[in-house]
Amino acid sequence: MTLAMVVPLLLIVGFLLYKAWPALSIDFVFELPKNGMREGGIWPAFLGTLYLVLISLVIAAPIGVMAAIYLNEYAKENWFTRIINLAVINLAGVPSIVHALFGLGAFVLFAGLGRSVLAASLTLAVMTLPVIIASTKEALSAVPMSFRQASWNMGVSRWQTIRGIVMPNSVSGILTGIILQVSRAAGETAPIMFTGVVFYKAVDKGDLLAYGLLDQCMALAMHLYTISTQVPGVPDAVPFATAVILLGVVLLVNALSIVLRIYIRTHRKW
Amino acid sequence: MLHRSKYKVLSEGIIECLIRVCGISAVVFVFAIFLFVFWQGKGLIFSGEFEFWKFLTTKEWYPASESNPRYGVSALIAGTVSVTVLAMVIAVPFGLGVALFISEFCSPKLKETLKIVIELLAAIPSVVWGFIGLTIMNQLIMKLFGAPIGLTVLNGAIILALMSVPIIVSIGEDALQAVPDSYREAGIGLGVTRWQMVYKVLLPAAKNGLLAAVLLGVGRAIGETMAVLMATGHAVHIPFNAEFPYLHGLDSVRTLTATIAAELGETARDSSHYQVLFIIGILLFTITFVVNLTADLIVKGVKGK
Repeated sequence: MTLAMVVPLLLIVGFLLYKAWPALSIDFVFELPKNGMREGGIWPAFLGTLYLVLISLVIAAPIGVMAAIYLNEYAKENWFTRIINLAVINLAGVPSIVHALFGLGAFVLFAGLGRSVLAASLTLAVMTLPVIIASTKEALSAVPMSFRQASWNMGVSRWQTIRGIVMPNSVSGILTGIILQVSRAAGETAPIMFTGVVFYKAVDKGDLLAYGLLDQCMALAMHLYTISTQVPGVPDAVPFATAVILLGVVLLVNALSIVLRIYIRTHRKW
Repeated sequence: MLHRSKYKVLSEGIIECLIRVCGISAVVFVFAIFLFVFWQGKGLIFSGEFEFWKFLTTKEWYPASESNPRYGVSALIAGTVSVTVLAMVIAVPFGLGVALFISEFCSPKLKETLKIVIELLAAIPSVVWGFIGLTIMNQLIMKLFGAPIGLTVLNGAIILALMSVPIIVSIGEDALQAVPDSYREAGIGLGVTRWQMVYKVLLPAAKNGLLAAVLLGVGRAIGETMAVLMATGHAVHIPFNAEFPYLHGLDSVRTLTATIAAELGETARDSSHYQVLFIIGILLFTITFVVNLTADLIVKGVKGK
């Protein structure tokens, strides 16, 4: 069983790396796509993913963390809290393509943002919200109740207790969740397809400020889909290299969260 | 009595208010998703020419036809069902097996490693899975089965199985961990073998949690978009018939999710084709909502503890 789990994973990654090898280089990341995306690199897509991830993080993190604080610190055990918890679970279970339809209806058309970086980031933020809520809640509930009681007994208010006692003791756990959100947002394709990401967008090489909030952009995941299904005559190594870089980014970010979690467990103060 | 400035009391009030607002954000978003998707599709629903029953039961999907567009999704539903069922046939024994192994039979160190591997497996983006289906699995299926094309139900199902195994394992493992140790001790006290322990003690005791794990896997498989879009061959076709083996794994199909992803970009806004894609969205939302709700009710009990 164990081998059946690990071996295919290694085989798949190994095969992807093997096929991607001819195209992989540092330049591949920083070059512009050339000749109808058949040659060159992936810089506009890489940059677009960076934008989408950061903006969706800025939107989702505060809302998610505060929602988790509410659920763990304020909410009482009643039917209303149960409905909120159910909604979180269901939000996590909504198909990604339905999130795309929602983003198109709500942000692109209703809010009038058009197909833009902002609309796509908002869609991603809604989609990844449950990830942050779930992991922050877990981090908060790991702080022992006695810590809070000690603080309350000193006459400290509820919010002061949260800010002074609960948050500092769970900050690394909250960070883990936020990192997971990043990895999720970086890999999603369907929600951004119709809300702001396009097949091709020209930017300057190495220009970090290429996209405005209301511009359309490219994204790594979408780029992989495009060059592997929509563009004929792409040499094999290019989509494989794109896949390896996308996979590399996502797995690296995830590994970071795992390392952080192990660190927390070994350095726990209580 | 400690003195606190009015400003501090006020700002605390504002923050608590904000926290409460964010607290209900998930509920708001779930409603908003339904409303906005419904809003975009409502024109067709209320136009009079749309018959919901016909939409569900006919198999002609010719949305782009100029003279006589027909919107029947039964072939697409069959596509989703076939891929999901076959994926679960592969993923359930595998996922529950791994969950049992992790929870009951392996050393703590191996357990940690396995959990990390499963977490990484869950992190692989769906478009990368789709790409694997399109390239590696496609070649493999053509070679192994001599099929003319490898983008089939089987291909999509294997990919989906790999994607839903992590969720089945992690929820299933939680369910097994929740079985009290006294059950195991009683079993050992009666001298049962390992397999008797699994079949007679653990599985019955954890059956609700395990069922929920499977349901969440099903939910994931139904809602998956990019992977099935790239791996199942994109043919509107019903892979079931009366001939053995009833479900033809080497047929190409197209799922509900893949249809939206593939066609939405090419439709004019507010055309009936555009609206019918949003109706499919409502259908998908409803299906996954029911599946997730059922899973949650099974885990927590109807009364909610």
